[in-house]
Amino acid sequence: MIDWLTIAIVTAAVAAGALCVVLGLAGRKPSDLSLGAAAIVELLIVVQIVVAIAAPAFGNVPTGSGLEFWVYLVTAAVLVPLAVLWSLLERGSRWSTVVIGVGCLAIAVMVYRMHQIWFVQVA
Amino acid sequence: MSTSVSNRSKGLGRVLVIVYGLLALAATGRSVYQLLADFDNAPLAYTLSALAGLIYIVATIALIAPGDRWYRIAVVTISFELLGVLVVGTLSVVDPVLFPAKTVWSFFGRGYGFVPLVLPILGLIWLRLQRTSGARDAAI
Repeated sequence: MIDWLTIAIVTAAVAAGALCVVLGLAGRKPSDLSLGAAAIVELLIVVQIVVAIAAPAFGNVPTGSGLEFWVYLVTAAVLVPLAVLWSLLERGSRWSTVVIGVGCLAIAVMVYRMHQIWFVQVA
Repeated sequence: MSTSVSNRSKGLGRVLVIVYGLLALAATGRSVYQLLADFDNAPLAYTLSALAGLIYIVATIALIAPGDRWYRIAVVTISFELLGVLVVGTLSVVDPVLFPAKTVWSFFGRGYGFVPLVLPILGLIWLRLQRTSGARDAAI
C-alpha cells in the first residue's frame, strides 16, 4: 500500500459517503452525482488492487497477514457494486441514495483497516 | 408490489438491511479468520464471534425474506443480538480477562462504532412499525 493513496481513498470514500447520505436524507433519488461519486470510489479501489499486486515486487510488502488484507480488499471491491445493485432494485428512492452512501462509508473503514494490516502491527 | 422481498426491506428498511449485511460480513469474516489463525488463544471469544456472525447473517436474511415466519425469526435473532451485546458488553467491562480477544460485542461494540448496540434497537423499532403499518394496510 501507499500512504497517499490510502489517504486519497479514505477521503474520497468519506466524501462520497457523506454526500450520498445527505442527498438521500434530503429526498434525492440516486442521480449522476451520487452514482458518479460511488464510481470514483470504486475506481480508486481498482487502483488499490493494482497497487497491492505490484507493490511486493518493489519491496513494499504487508507487515501483517496478506490473507486478511486481500479478504478486505476483495470485499471492498464488490461492496460498492452490490450496494448500488441493492439500492436500484427498488427503482430508486431517497433511501437508495442513503444505501449507496453507507456502502461508501464502509469502504472508508475497510481501507483504513487494510492500511493497519499493511503497516501497523500491534503485538 | 413485489412478492419476492418483504416490505421490511423497502425504503428505510433497505438501509437497515445493508448495515446488517455489513455487520454480518464484518463479524463472520473476522471470526473465520480468528478461528483459522489462532483458535487456542481465546476459544470463548472466537466462538462467540462466530455465533454473532451467524446471528447477523440470519437476521439479514430474515429482514429481506417475506412472510410471518421470517418476521418472527427477525424478531428473535435481533432480540438475541440486543441480549448478546448487553451481556457480553457488561461482562467485558466487569471482567476483561474473560474476553481477552475482541469480539463484535465486547465493550458494547466499541470496536464497531457502537453499531452493534444501536442496530438491534433500531431493528426492533423498525419491525414494530412494519407490523403496525401492515395491520393497518390489511384493515383497509
